[in-house]
Amino acid sequence: MGFEGIGASVRRKEDLRFLSGNGNYTDDINRPGQLYAVMRRSDRPHAKINGIDTAAASKAPGVVAIFTGADMAKDEIGGLPCGWQIHNKDGSPMAEPPHPVLAIGKVRHVGDPVAVVIAETKQQARDAAELIAIDYHDLPSISSTPDAIAAGAPLVHDELGSNICYDWHIGDKAVVDAAFAGAAHVVKLDLVNNRLVPNAMEPRAAIGDYDTSSGDYTLYTTSQNPHVIRLLMGAFVLHIPENKLRVVAPDVGGGFGSKIYHYAEEAIVTWASAKVRRPVKWTADRTESFMSDAHGRDHVSTAEMAVAADGKFLGLRIHTLANMGAYLSTFAPAVPTYLYATLLAGVYTTPVIYCEVKAVFTHTVPVDAYRGAGRPEATFLLERLVDCIAQDTGIDRVELRRKNFIPSNAFPYQTPVALQYDSGDYQTTLKVALANADWDGFEARRAEAKSRGKLRGIGISTYLEACGIAPSAVVGSLGARAGLYEVANIRVHPTGSVTVFTGTHSHGQGHETTLAQLVCDQLGVPLSQVDVVHGDTAKIPFGMGTYGSRSLAVGGSAMVKAMDKIIAKGKKIAAHLMEASVEDIEFANNTFTVAGTDKSKTLTDISLAAYVPHNYPIDEIEPGLDETAFYDPKNFTFPGGCHIAEVEIDPETGVTTVINFTAVDDVGRVVNPMIVEGQIQGGVAQGIGQALLEAAIYDKSGQLLSGSMMDYTMPRADNLPNFNVATENTMCTHNPLGSKGCGEVGAIGSPPAIMNAVIDALKDYGVRHIDMPATGPKLWSIIQAGQTKMAAE
Amino acid sequence: MYDFTYQKPASLADAASILSGDADAKALAGGMTYIPVLKQRLAKPSAIVDLSGLGLSGITVAGGTVTIGAMTTHGTVANSAEVKAAIPALAALAGGIGDEAVRHRGTIGGSLANNDPAACYPSAVLALGATITTNKRAIAADDYFQGMFTTALEEGEIITSVSFPVPERAAYEKFRNPASRYAIVGVFVAKFATGARVAVTGASQSGVFRHAGMEAALSANFSPDATAGVTTEADNMNGDIHASAEYRAHLVGVVTKRAVAKA
Amino acid sequence: MPQVTLTVNGKQHTVEVEGRTLLVELLREKLGLTGTHVGCDTSQCGACVVHVDGVSAKSCTMLAVQANGTSVTTIEGLAAADGTLHPMQEMFREHHALQCGFCTPGMVMSAIDLVNSNPAGLTEKEIREGLEGNLCRCTGYHNIVKAIAAAAPLMHAK
Repeated sequence: MGFEGIGASVRRKEDLRFLSGNGNYTDDINRPGQLYAVMRRSDRPHAKINGIDTAAASKAPGVVAIFTGADMAKDEIGGLPCGWQIHNKDGSPMAEPPHPVLAIGKVRHVGDPVAVVIAETKQQARDAAELIAIDYHDLPSISSTPDAIAAGAPLVHDELGSNICYDWHIGDKAVVDAAFAGAAHVVKLDLVNNRLVPNAMEPRAAIGDYDTSSGDYTLYTTSQNPHVIRLLMGAFVLHIPENKLRVVAPDVGGGFGSKIYHYAEEAIVTWASAKVRRPVKWTADRTESFMSDAHGRDHVSTAEMAVAADGKFLGLRIHTLANMGAYLSTFAPAVPTYLYATLLAGVYTTPVIYCEVKAVFTHTVPVDAYRGAGRPEATFLLERLVDCIAQDTGIDRVELRRKNFIPSNAFPYQTPVALQYDSGDYQTTLKVALANADWDGFEARRAEAKSRGKLRGIGISTYLEACGIAPSAVVGSLGARAGLYEVANIRVHPTGSVTVFTGTHSHGQGHETTLAQLVCDQLGVPLSQVDVVHGDTAKIPFGMGTYGSRSLAVGGSAMVKAMDKIIAKGKKIAAHLMEASVEDIEFANNTFTVAGTDKSKTLTDISLAAYVPHNYPIDEIEPGLDETAFYDPKNFTFPGGCHIAEVEIDPETGVTTVINFTAVDDVGRVVNPMIVEGQIQGGVAQGIGQALLEAAIYDKSGQLLSGSMMDYTMPRADNLPNFNVATENTMCTHNPLGSKGCGEVGAIGSPPAIMNAVIDALKDYGVRHIDMPATGPKLWSIIQAGQTKMAAE
Repeated sequence: MYDFTYQKPASLADAASILSGDADAKALAGGMTYIPVLKQRLAKPSAIVDLSGLGLSGITVAGGTVTIGAMTTHGTVANSAEVKAAIPALAALAGGIGDEAVRHRGTIGGSLANNDPAACYPSAVLALGATITTNKRAIAADDYFQGMFTTALEEGEIITSVSFPVPERAAYEKFRNPASRYAIVGVFVAKFATGARVAVTGASQSGVFRHAGMEAALSANFSPDATAGVTTEADNMNGDIHASAEYRAHLVGVVTKRAVAKA
Repeated sequence: MPQVTLTVNGKQHTVEVEGRTLLVELLREKLGLTGTHVGCDTSQCGACVVHVDGVSAKSCTMLAVQANGTSVTTIEGLAAADGTLHPMQEMFREHHALQCGFCTPGMVMSAIDLVNSNPAGLTEKEIREGLEGNLCRCTGYHNIVKAIAAAAPLMHAK
């Protein structure tokens, strides 16, 4: 056995089944007697439902049942709950309109489910769904974020009297206004953070399976957090106690946030399986995913920085309008507030910050956290603003950043927006990134590109994010309706092999390997004898799931605590067996030793004794070697770093090609470098997608124009370069592993680096800002306008 | 997909008779466009008539003409040594349609019968002045394309082969839709002893079209520089979230210039 | 109902299907070969790619009846009988070319076809362009490209 512990790039344990077609995704599961559900969804953005006629559909071949919102209401089924409550500036709670599982009275976005057809085959269900006649009375709708607060805007929820979900702020406005009053420069920027569709490759699916003999329900679902789904659906929607409800999230084909939330279809199939007394399966097709998976981003902001004559940032003032869509998705309210505004200090010493956020309802798919969630929005705003400051003041953009960095000796560092950073070294990540990207050699490359008729630009972003979500008491005080600790159960079997039961969930992150490496490291058990189990509420004590780059920092820390307990108990057993005092027992390399002697027992000796307690301190301790720990983090973690992009623009078409991308990130302790690099590469690809390719575009009438992969531009292999990825790590100071998290950094740091490079490439065309995505036609228009202007001058 | 009856006739006559006898029956070639249409329930044929059993595949080169059987796949055309030698631009065009898996099943006959305004093949057929042979007659390219998704084919008429005259020089250049990878603008340029022919796909609301201005300029001087100053009206161009009419009109010039440079 | 006879991973099957049944539905639902995935409904993503008579095909864009008489290979049929992985599978593992695993079967099947049809070898650019029909949302493709480049000489050496 080679080195398999912390720091080893061991190959992934889960790969064999994925590579041989033996993965077990939700749609791969079939239950005996299973029926198929198809949703009949609204094809209009806003309409009153006058009536739903299911008579013809009910008679269609194979149809077993058809249900509407009225049927669910009869069973007193609750609405889909929201897990986070934000308070308005005046202290009143946010507006929280009902979110019926199946539409009641009105539809509020294209894709809003109105009825479900359950039939013997999926095609029969689909055939019948078309036969449902819905009598709609169309109503005016709004699809663009700013339109939501325009005078006379149609209301998404009549009872609210406006489309405002909340009007929230952070910081002291008067203090910030005062900083602006005395500033040498005030630099202002209006910007949009484009709406995105997560598009995990596996479409969502759910199977409800009601056991008629026991009355137990099982839900198989494409979820990042099965325990959260059990809690939300059981307690708030279907009123099923936890002991009667099992939620299984088997292999899940990517999530990126979109599979955190409790969705209508999960409740529908679970409830319907009891109604029809047979299992019910629903699988989204991609078109359905576009109109029913929560979207991401969608901010419209104005940012202003007060800057001293020497370039020091004096104060930051932000106004943001955030789109919630038609209903509140599970964690939506937290995204543009505590995951966004608290990040606005970034890596800088800006002493005072004020941010106000209005969240609004529109007739669009609900918006919630998507890879990075709030932090990409904050980073894009800040890093674009810093480049504008450099442009407006004439200070070099790298020098400006250096000048305002929080120094590495200033930690712990209290920001003016609530967070306290524990560690970081922004000068180092910057320095290494500049070297890795050959920043100094760029002008020669620009000139060479120019000789080929191409416009070359280089862009930088120095960023920070908060993850390792999250200290329960802190988030509770901010409106979270859940704790955000994590749970681990470590089971050392009688013969010394180990099973880890973790409350985190792997949907691509490689936990079956990374978390097993923690066991190799701490208990000295070979990787081949460690298995990681996740994704099943019947097997795992509890857990909050995977998002917010929390699995290692929080879930891994819970494992460390549980293994500490294993070792502590093992020492007692070893002391008994070797007739020594517990204080004299040391544990290392899978072996308990009596200090200063050659007397030792392996972990297997101890576990065998624990399960076959013939010679055992039975009066002192219980048999078995199986420990559980709950770990509640003391703080967030703060990964950060520097991303540098180099692009070329074809002035004839406006098309941008990413030539080089360099990332130097600080993610704390790295357990598996290969996996960390993969996470960063994937995140960067999504960031480049946001910057250059992707946009969820609604037309004025509320239809999603980019509603399939024919029109929504997913990054492909030939859109991307090889990535130059490295880490320069400082340790997290408050968790036992020192790990910070790596899942989101790529998607957070990269969009502004790309956009700053695009704008740098176009610097001769009088460009100050371009909203994402920087598509060919958009840049071509800018180049055309610039050429016209230059010709006129 | 709505259900249908599936038929795989063994002769052209049988295929034609099924299609003529049932207005709701539809021919299926490679299915790369039509199966997605069926999956979206945008069509409800009574019967699908699979043309793959009719022996319509194959490539022959003779007497300055390349003849390609209607059921010949894009992949076969792309990799054909004969086509590469005679009209390399045609092989290159076929090799750029869709992706590898699509090219293994998509056919030239299917592409032409469908006449998707963003398809590649129509531009080659029109620019090369090809002849489309059916079970009933031969149709000149200039008479064949009649607007988006519309052709001279009659009910029950089945394309059997397409014959391309070999030009002196030719090239195809495509600016792709970033999402679907179909042509936003595709231009096929061909130089014959009699002059240049230029066909544009993807751009126009009327489907593939010959570009008179470019043809005049390139007939006089078949060089990239000759395209400078030749404009394309935006009025009749398509506009969508990926490219406005103005952008498409502009791209026609850029793509034509690049095609000529490649020829 | 039409009957389809085809060979899948070396084993012959005769299956009753509807005219509208897709090849991927036959594989997943009738034969239980759930390694082949469906990631979109517009033939864009390539999660469903299998080999039909030795070359790649999108099994979501092919009727089951069209596969009558063909020989189909799916991801389940790649490894040797003793479980030895195909070099492409092995290199995907070695180079961490998969994360969630959902696109992986189609990606591997496409990659094998790409290498088979380029016996002279492939540049990085050719690999990237050759993956036009396959989407991956996790990896950013970096490691997929590396894995294919590493697998190509191993496959040609065989």
